[in-house]
Amino acid sequence: MLELSILWPSLLNGLTTGAVYALIALGLTLIYGVLHIINFAHGAALMMALYGVYFLQKSLGIDPYVSIVVMVPAMFAAGYLAYRYVIGVAGHGKDENILLVTLGVAIVLENLALFLWKSDTRTIDTAYTFTTVPLGSAMIALPKLVAFGGAAAAAGVLLLIMRTTDLGRAIRACAKERQGARLVGIDVEHVFAMSFGIGLACLGAAACFLLPAYYVNPLVGNGFVLIAFTIVVLGGMGSFAGALLGGLLIGVVESVGSLWLGESLGQMGIFLIFIAVLLFRPQGLFGARA
Amino acid sequence: MRQLAPIAVFGVAVALLPLFVTSGFLLNAAIMMLYVTLLGLAWNILAGFGGQFSFGHAVFFGTGAYAAAVLQAKLGWNAWATLPAALALGAAVGAFIGALSFRYGLRGSYFALVTLAFAEVFRILANNVDFTGAGVGIMVKLKAGPENFQFATKAGYLYVILAFVLAGLLVCWWLKNSRYGAWLQAVRDNEESAAALGVNVFRVKLGAIALSGALMAAAGVFYAQYFQYIDPGLAYGPGVSIEALLGPIVGGLGTLWGPVLGAVLLQLLGEGTRGLFENAPGLSLMVYGALLVLMVTFMPSGILGVLRRKA
Amino acid sequence: MNSNKKRRQFLINTTALAATAALPLGLRAQANTIKVGVLHPVTGFLAYSGNLSRLGAQMAIDDINKAGGIKALGGAKLQAVLGDAQSKPEIGAAEVEKMNEQGVSAIVGAYASAICLATTQAAAKYNIPHVVDVGVADQIVERGLKNTFRFAPGYKVCADTAMNHLVLLNNLARKPAKSVLIVHEESLFGTGTANLLASQLPHLGFEVKEVIKHANPTRDFNNIVLRVKAANPDIVIPANYYNEYALFVRTMKQQNVAPKAIYSVLGGAASSYKFVKEFSDAANGVLDVNHWFNPKDKRAWALKKRVDALKDQFFTYEVYLNYAAMHLLADAIERAKSTKREDITNALAGSTWDKHFMPYGPTKFVNGQNQGAQPLMMQVLKNDIKVVLPNTFAETEPVFPWKA
Repeated sequence: MLELSILWPSLLNGLTTGAVYALIALGLTLIYGVLHIINFAHGAALMMALYGVYFLQKSLGIDPYVSIVVMVPAMFAAGYLAYRYVIGVAGHGKDENILLVTLGVAIVLENLALFLWKSDTRTIDTAYTFTTVPLGSAMIALPKLVAFGGAAAAAGVLLLIMRTTDLGRAIRACAKERQGARLVGIDVEHVFAMSFGIGLACLGAAACFLLPAYYVNPLVGNGFVLIAFTIVVLGGMGSFAGALLGGLLIGVVESVGSLWLGESLGQMGIFLIFIAVLLFRPQGLFGARA
Repeated sequence: MRQLAPIAVFGVAVALLPLFVTSGFLLNAAIMMLYVTLLGLAWNILAGFGGQFSFGHAVFFGTGAYAAAVLQAKLGWNAWATLPAALALGAAVGAFIGALSFRYGLRGSYFALVTLAFAEVFRILANNVDFTGAGVGIMVKLKAGPENFQFATKAGYLYVILAFVLAGLLVCWWLKNSRYGAWLQAVRDNEESAAALGVNVFRVKLGAIALSGALMAAAGVFYAQYFQYIDPGLAYGPGVSIEALLGPIVGGLGTLWGPVLGAVLLQLLGEGTRGLFENAPGLSLMVYGALLVLMVTFMPSGILGVLRRKA
Repeated sequence: MNSNKKRRQFLINTTALAATAALPLGLRAQANTIKVGVLHPVTGFLAYSGNLSRLGAQMAIDDINKAGGIKALGGAKLQAVLGDAQSKPEIGAAEVEKMNEQGVSAIVGAYASAICLATTQAAAKYNIPHVVDVGVADQIVERGLKNTFRFAPGYKVCADTAMNHLVLLNNLARKPAKSVLIVHEESLFGTGTANLLASQLPHLGFEVKEVIKHANPTRDFNNIVLRVKAANPDIVIPANYYNEYALFVRTMKQQNVAPKAIYSVLGGAASSYKFVKEFSDAANGVLDVNHWFNPKDKRAWALKKRVDALKDQFFTYEVYLNYAAMHLLADAIERAKSTKREDITNALAGSTWDKHFMPYGPTKFVNGQNQGAQPLMMQVLKNDIKVVLPNTFAETEPVFPWKA
């Protein structure tokens, strides 16, 4: 069922949807690339961030895009503390334990949200919710275009931090060789907590861009976790540029693939790519061979 | 051989349960403990003994469950006859995923993610092909009678799942005491040195994932017979994959009794917390999640790790 | 509950595994109460519907008790035994086991079809009468379980009614619609409904342009809307859950796709006060065939008022179907003059209860299915939901085709 007239809008739609995925994956790629842990609580953290944006708008009338200045530092602090006092402590440096801890944290957060705010699906209404921008024959929703810009900006800022600051250098050192980093006097646990904090800060930004076009409920994060992992692997662990490109690519594959295969079966394209990349190019499509 | 005695004692003790316990609630709880134990035993073979962490064990579970349901509903097979077919299919899917992953040297989190992706692929497939009933799911017809793998009493199901668990325990015991098991554990500890000693790393890992897949498929068959309805989400969703790995990690990774202890503790915890705050949905599961974190904090090597340190 | 009591409850729950066998059944039951299991998925992915369901059942119990309880049993009060299926069939079945030990006389629940399949079967082992509140899958009542009663319609009846009403609607407007497009979610209710519609509608003179299946959750609906736009059907038929429905209809509005009607089966804006309140723009004009109360019955509106007065609650089919199911059960207990499960089951099987505000007429169970149960057709008009078909229950005329 492929018609050329809808190929262009579908492509653009894939790119803008992919940008939101990329935003979520940016945080994950840092956590995965530096700490080498599979963070099952990533979706739950995104959910909490979405609630943050929601209540800032509903209670204080703060526009979602403005609330970035609140959400990013708030999520950073939450991430730093969560790693320092829960995940880092309870994990004992063992993969299987960290896995269980992030799982436990995810269960706690999801049910905390259920307990506090009930399971209602909540949405916000903004002046621009239904605004579209014509791009050729396609009408693209304004919130999605903003998210596209936001994703590019966030990737740029992260790259800058990694390249030009001492913290960035320390993070890269810890990612490559944590024992060595420890030997040269880097406080590895601090760097790990910072990385976790920055990872969640990305989710804070992602939530601000996502909510105007989406919704929030206690389980909303689960729908994004697997796709974020796919993007991380596709882009190469720890690579921000890779996460951005990977996100866009996955968005396009999902969008165009579903035109051929249908929305339900089209999801399979994502996972087949995921498997193929894992098998044949585990360093990621955009990463250098290790 | 001395480890065989506890297995026998365990089997006899559980088998005697229906003679003293008449409560359906307790028998159901025992059945669910054994069922979760079986999931854990299967996962533990690959992860605990082989060092390969899977996040997608639902792929084998679902294959077993669907084999049982589809062969009965569409081809009119007898339920018992589906069991060997399900085991073979579980092993085959395991061998297939293993062959691909291990051939290309996937380890650690990469292997974990590839299994997760395979489970999703199977879930989406099950949702989109006709012979599984697609999203509508598939029912196992009510046909009471032991010859149809359907029992009027809880005891019947208890004996079946106990038999599966005993088979799983014997497999694990064999892994602890056989040359193959030694190879597998050598591969877990250090692939390079195992290979240097002449172990065929690829084939050893392949055997483990096939074995693990077959056992997981048995659990799937049991689920299909006990609850008589499956759909793609129940069979291939992430819920089962997580349930399979919780028990062994909590109980003690790579041990014979870890999955058993883990399953018992987690089921007690689940039952104990569920009704705790019945007027505040969410609080009970929060307590459950928090206890999970605390358990890992204070028992980093599982229950057996604590017991060993005390001993 | 204070923490001491909490801890004690935890101990009770855990040691129950070792101790209830020795505990005589119903020991804790007071002389003048009748225990009724209220079993729903109040946590997990079905928590939204589960909690609303529980609310409806509890309101009914309160009302029944306030009105003097079960008079045939000396004014005995109903006592809810709450259960949480955690959105999983196996937990639902385990809760039935627990309720059995706690000596419930009957169970009302368990919202989702997959869970109902497990709970009705578990309850059947102990002959516990089980009133299914929603559970639209018809397999639930087709397995010959004697204890299972469904008061509301299943999805075959709903899909049939939807088709008949669609033909009627189209004929009333002199057949402006010739083609439809179906968008459905991938699990049991969406797929089952879509299959029925796609096979039947061509015989009723409608061309089915496309059947689009989507996952739960679907994160973005632009693609589907693009395909709707390209196919340009007269009527779009969604069969999906609230989140996906909301995204879909919002995206249609965003992309200026305005078919002659958006006609939902078993879900949609015209059966959701929440949607109408939150997206009045997107909601106006849409049509639904879904569970609904009799709008000519004052008791329904009185109940709606009470639910609306609660914080953040909406009067949804979960609420009133459970409210009705509990009253159905109370009537059966009243007539059975007994708390025995067999007696209640027999009373349910012979029920002719008609003191409800659902558009079902007198109750009559055949193989556990209430024969009069039917959905209604509603439309969102001027930011409110109005019943438009069938005529016996209609509050106003349907507006079709809709001019956005």
